[in-house]
Amino acid sequence: MTTATTGTTAVTGAVGTAHTRVEGLAKVTGAARYAGEIPFAELAHGWLVLSTVARGRIRSVEDAPVRAMPGVLTVLHHGNAPRVDGDYVGMLGKPDPTVAVFQHDRVPYLGWPVALVVAETSEQAREAAEALVVRYDQEPHDVAFFAGRPGTYTPQTPGTETEKGDLEAELTASAVVVDAEYTTPEEHHSSMEPHAAMARWDSGRLEVVDSNQGSTWVAGELAKLFSLDPESVRVRSEHVGGAFGSKGVRPHQVLAVMAATVLHRPVRVVLTRRQMFSLVGYRSPTAQRVRLGADPDGRLRALDHQAQSLTSTVHEFVEPSASVARAMYDADAHHTVNQVVALDVPTPTWMRAPGEAPGSFALESALDELAEKCGLDPIALRTRNEPDAGPVSGLPFSSRNLLACFEEGARRFGWADRDPAPGLRREGRWLLGTGTAAASFPTMVMPSTAAVTAEADGTFTVRISAADVGTGARTALTLIAADALEVAPDRIRVRIADSDFGPAMIAGGSMGTRSWGWAVTAAVGELREQLALGGDIPPQGITARADTTEALGALPEKERHSFGAQFAEVAVDTTTGEIRVRRLLGIFAAGRIINPLTARSQFIGGMTWGLSMALHEEAVRDQASGGHVNADFAGYHFAAHADVPLIEADWVDDPDDDPVGIKGIGEIGIVGTAAAIANAVWHATGVRHRNLPIRPDRVLLAGGEPAGGRHA
Amino acid sequence: MREFGYRRVHDVPGALALLGADPDARCLGGGTNLVDLMKAGVERPGLLIDVRELPLDRIAATDGGGLRIGATVTNSDLAAHPEVRRRYPALAQAVLAGASGQLRNMATVGGNLLQRTRCGYFTDPAKPCNKRIPGSGCPALEGEHHNHAILGASEHCVAVHPSDMGVALAAFDAVVSYETVDGPGELPLAEFYLPVGETPHLETALPPGALITGVTLPPAPVAAHSRYRKVRERASYAFAIGSIAAALDVRDGVIRDVRLAFGAVASRPWRAREAERVLTGGPASAEAFAAAADAELAAAEALPHNGYKVTLMRNLVIAMLSELAETDPAELNGGTAR
Repeated sequence: MTTATTGTTAVTGAVGTAHTRVEGLAKVTGAARYAGEIPFAELAHGWLVLSTVARGRIRSVEDAPVRAMPGVLTVLHHGNAPRVDGDYVGMLGKPDPTVAVFQHDRVPYLGWPVALVVAETSEQAREAAEALVVRYDQEPHDVAFFAGRPGTYTPQTPGTETEKGDLEAELTASAVVVDAEYTTPEEHHSSMEPHAAMARWDSGRLEVVDSNQGSTWVAGELAKLFSLDPESVRVRSEHVGGAFGSKGVRPHQVLAVMAATVLHRPVRVVLTRRQMFSLVGYRSPTAQRVRLGADPDGRLRALDHQAQSLTSTVHEFVEPSASVARAMYDADAHHTVNQVVALDVPTPTWMRAPGEAPGSFALESALDELAEKCGLDPIALRTRNEPDAGPVSGLPFSSRNLLACFEEGARRFGWADRDPAPGLRREGRWLLGTGTAAASFPTMVMPSTAAVTAEADGTFTVRISAADVGTGARTALTLIAADALEVAPDRIRVRIADSDFGPAMIAGGSMGTRSWGWAVTAAVGELREQLALGGDIPPQGITARADTTEALGALPEKERHSFGAQFAEVAVDTTTGEIRVRRLLGIFAAGRIINPLTARSQFIGGMTWGLSMALHEEAVRDQASGGHVNADFAGYHFAAHADVPLIEADWVDDPDDDPVGIKGIGEIGIVGTAAAIANAVWHATGVRHRNLPIRPDRVLLAGGEPAGGRHA
Repeated sequence: MREFGYRRVHDVPGALALLGADPDARCLGGGTNLVDLMKAGVERPGLLIDVRELPLDRIAATDGGGLRIGATVTNSDLAAHPEVRRRYPALAQAVLAGASGQLRNMATVGGNLLQRTRCGYFTDPAKPCNKRIPGSGCPALEGEHHNHAILGASEHCVAVHPSDMGVALAAFDAVVSYETVDGPGELPLAEFYLPVGETPHLETALPPGALITGVTLPPAPVAAHSRYRKVRERASYAFAIGSIAAALDVRDGVIRDVRLAFGAVASRPWRAREAERVLTGGPASAEAFAAAADAELAAAEALPHNGYKVTLMRNLVIAMLSELAETDPAELNGGTAR
């Protein structure tokens, strides 16, 4: 009965208006099920056994007694596991060999998978796994990371190092020089929902119900690992309780597939919090040196950012901390390099704002130190060094509204009234200070496909292998589709996270909404052309598809970034070392904001994480064992509610000549926050803290102006 | 997970019978620490005896101004009790400084006294720990020990007791009451926790099969003018890196009575008797407070990464005693009753 109704009623304005999550009711009522809790008939449960040594060989896995325990179905290990092929190049490069589980007897780090016990119940599997005796021929390990340690090298990958001008000459010619070293510790994503996957074979197809950042991505990796026809693998991931870079292909999916193949029944593997600390990646600790040389007026003559991080002995992952300077500041001589050292530790990976998060702490702290030395306001220093084009690339910016962020932020924060001198403001036992820092994150895009169906009942169905990792992506795509179709959002149903929907970008690199939104918009364009021909909608609907590969290829080469300005106010008691953040304000220039409600949540979430990074987060590695001492949430601290103060996030207009105008917002919130807080701690106390987190013991031992001044 | 038995008891003799019959039995109060340790594989009881239904959930005033607190009184009820807030404000503050609202609703007084250290080596069964496996070694000595003991430790163990409540109890001379099949007994808190020495796995002087029934706080007028302050790495939901319970009675510029106890510096709540001795009868001045702190901390032995605690505790002693000296007792009580 229905004819095409797009456009005729001209409903628009969904984009840019606050909308609650379309799946919000299901989530808050518990109706939304996550991968670890979806019931399946005949489901068996796998429990992982991890190595307890940091380097060596497995001498024996004494599985016979465990096989006799109640409910145990099998014990998989390197002696009996199906073979997989880990030598391939996937969507994002070669895989971390950690996913090629049980293929040999070598142990490259503590927490490496050595066995999987599968049983009728999760409790039986766990009991048997804890009873399993694994013997090792242990070898000496080395997990000690520090600046300039022997073995540190510059990877031969393109983009590792950039260089222009004569650095030493410009430093020598500079009236003011900052030369400082900064460190950040090992940090973990540890999403609220642990990794979980169920695998089963159904009529010759492998089906995986997972929690991931990209179902097509994971399906492709599993097909390659198990040498399967990609068409025969289906991965779904309906709801995801956080990911942050950690939810790609990981041992749990591979093990679930192995066990389902061996046992001919569905098998689920769920990681524990403790297991996540060694199996799903993390942010490497960093040691960074920043050298800035400037004229007396603050104009940069020299900028040198050298960053070191660690990786495992089995895979090279480089935390690109020094790269942030390539977009932020120009100098006559400009040098950035990202170096790495291989140790007996798990492989790090992308974690929210990889590179920018630790890199901005060092660079934006150094800028603050330079402002102090030049006697300049920190914002004025950044204004003076605002580049006209990419400092390294020379390319024009698609848009760069960093100064607008600082202007709006300074106005709202009350920055103009700030006395720049440190250590002056007291309130009882607290010293007060304020600080600021710049933020940026690259705007990238990857090819994606989408399908849009005009249904016979007048509604529309969007299908795209996107992932909603808790960000509100499903809702954002609903709004984008609604405006493109010129219908109300309640007539749109967006189905995501099913690899059968075809290739699409993952939820990563702040590229999701931009990549998927582009594909959905293109598919709607195709559909509207078909609908414009007129006629009734058949019962199966009318479907149009789009693939953005060609359109993205035509995108002109430019410097494309989101920008932001972070402001912080802190209170410090130097007699106890306590720091409390009192206010955070972030103003961002991040293109077209699709859903202000969820966008603000993402910014605030990122800033809260930046606060955690500044004051709390630190995975402590025990040199003797090679493992962690605090691999749980009792020991690995992040901000609790009482630590999170008034946080405001907002944005300025950021028009861009881009075809879709969407930039990423998932990561930039964390960038610069830690530096703004560290700069505020200096303003409060007169002491520079260059090592994160700024723990009470560090504040206490560093001294500073005694608060209260009564009894010092 | 290893299977275990569960029995709920309704009277003390019933609990004692079960405790006596099974050396692997553990009493379950709020379970806020024990259940976590069971999940981690650190505690592996054969039987859990749920004591929450025991008739030990009352707080009663004693003659002369003391309190008797039942073993199953929850942390929340303890902190909210008007007489606790009036007579021992530092105790109420200490309890409220611990854990979260949800945990305090579950946690009990008896369980709080028996909670185990949060040392990361103790809570990970894959690592050596003399407290968990006697003779296996103490990796904290050369490893991670930012939050380990500076007082009363030994080369066998440098773990700290995590309780906030216990610090205030120590300051006010609490006495722990227990029952055994042979009859009741009492232990002053100062004798309740054993010295670390060579036996860090032996934590309390409770006889085998004993059940804690309550805690008695003797009358202590000085306690009405008391405060608790906890320093921690984040604003809530964290164990102390240093804490202090302090009470002060100054008349005519002379310290008549003073109580000081430290948390997170030793294997037990640390009563600072040496500092009290130095202060009693002397002036209430910043110099005297500093001298008392130095006297107490002269015995401190720091490891490479926990020396800051000496500075922290010194600062806390001075700050807290100064606050108490400068505050009118009536105003202080009003403040804690908000």
